Amino acid sequence: MNAEVAAATAAPEKKEFWRWQENTWFDETKNWKDAKIITCGIDVGSVSSQAVLVCDGELYGYNSMRTGNNSPDSAKNALQGIMDKIGMKLEDINYVVGTGYGRVNVPFAHKAITEIACHARGANYMGGNQVRTILDMGGQDCKAIHCDEKGKVTNFLMNDKCAAGTGRGMEVISDLMQIPIAELGPRSFDVDVEPEAVSSICVVFAKSEALGLLKAGYTKNMVIAAYCQAMAERVVSLLERIGVEEGFFITGGIAKNPGVVKRIERLLGIKQVETKIDSQIAGALGAALFGYTLMQKQAAK
Amino acid sequence: MIANYGYKDGSGEYYISIDTDKCIDCAADRACLTACPKHMFEIITDDYDDEVAWVKKECTRALAYDCAGCKPAGGYTSLPCTTACTPGAIKHSW
Repeated sequence: MNAEVAAATAAPEKKEFWRWQENTWFDETKNWKDAKIITCGIDVGSVSSQAVLVCDGELYGYNSMRTGNNSPDSAKNALQGIMDKIGMKLEDINYVVGTGYGRVNVPFAHKAITEIACHARGANYMGGNQVRTILDMGGQDCKAIHCDEKGKVTNFLMNDKCAAGTGRGMEVISDLMQIPIAELGPRSFDVDVEPEAVSSICVVFAKSEALGLLKAGYTKNMVIAAYCQAMAERVVSLLERIGVEEGFFITGGIAKNPGVVKRIERLLGIKQVETKIDSQIAGALGAALFGYTLMQKQAAK
Repeated sequence: MIANYGYKDGSGEYYISIDTDKCIDCAADRACLTACPKHMFEIITDDYDDEVAWVKKECTRALAYDCAGCKPAGGYTSLPCTTACTPGAIKHSW
């Protein structure tokens, strides 16, 4: 078979529009070898996994990647990704805390803590002690959390029965519209008139509903805007159940989608607390900070 | 801490709230554990090392069905769990 025939008969390359940016970062101004206590938080979520390293109570580095089909491997790969970059070994880490959906399957973790407590702690670090209301828009669940000035949870609720209003829902829309996921937010504002929110944001029925809207004359941007609005309304109703206070902070991948974030802010009438730290690492960061506190307590005994 | 266990779906909101501050030093001798006909409650050590009741994970996604038998249509005038919890830590949202 010649090259032209092979090219013509080959299956078209399947673009993965949903694929979000995996990333690794560490603080190049510091050397982890100078730290007295190194703790690690591993957040194995349903969609993404993160490993965060904290040196003497300060964020040092992290790796964020997609969760595979095996939680222990996802945890190992997430940590290996950052350790390889900085020349660290597992034995250099004093304490590891697992969190997230797969927290009990982190083989090298000393302790497992729920993602609710970890997100509150992480948000408190990222947004400062003014953070009181936290919305975590995870891969396949959504959490509304209230915390005090120390990041201790005072009220929470979680919806993990329905994937509407979650990262996975946004991935499905991205693939349906064939638009890279990072562009969904900005494009949702590129509409002449803000459309009504879609009536149903069930991920299972997303395709038929989106096609129905396109058939009715909606542009792709209008469909995206309608979904972003529906997601915002969905999570705001969860937030209102626990009450919303100033010091509002969003964690999870959807925090990177301005199309949803701005609409949530509009519905609540408050602005979120800004941070330069990747919103997806909040859970793992909180876990690492819990580890640091536990190490300090052990040292004080 | 107010811990809400349950979900919201197309048919409504179904949450059981547990006020852990009232639950820690239970004055009702953990009566919720036996009061619930479905045995949905159990005692756990939470993230802040407090021993409190929670709704078992496997029950949190089916509250509308599992609790239906204890609602007025099931012949009860008051919920067994909230009645047994004399400190008033347990509440239903529906």
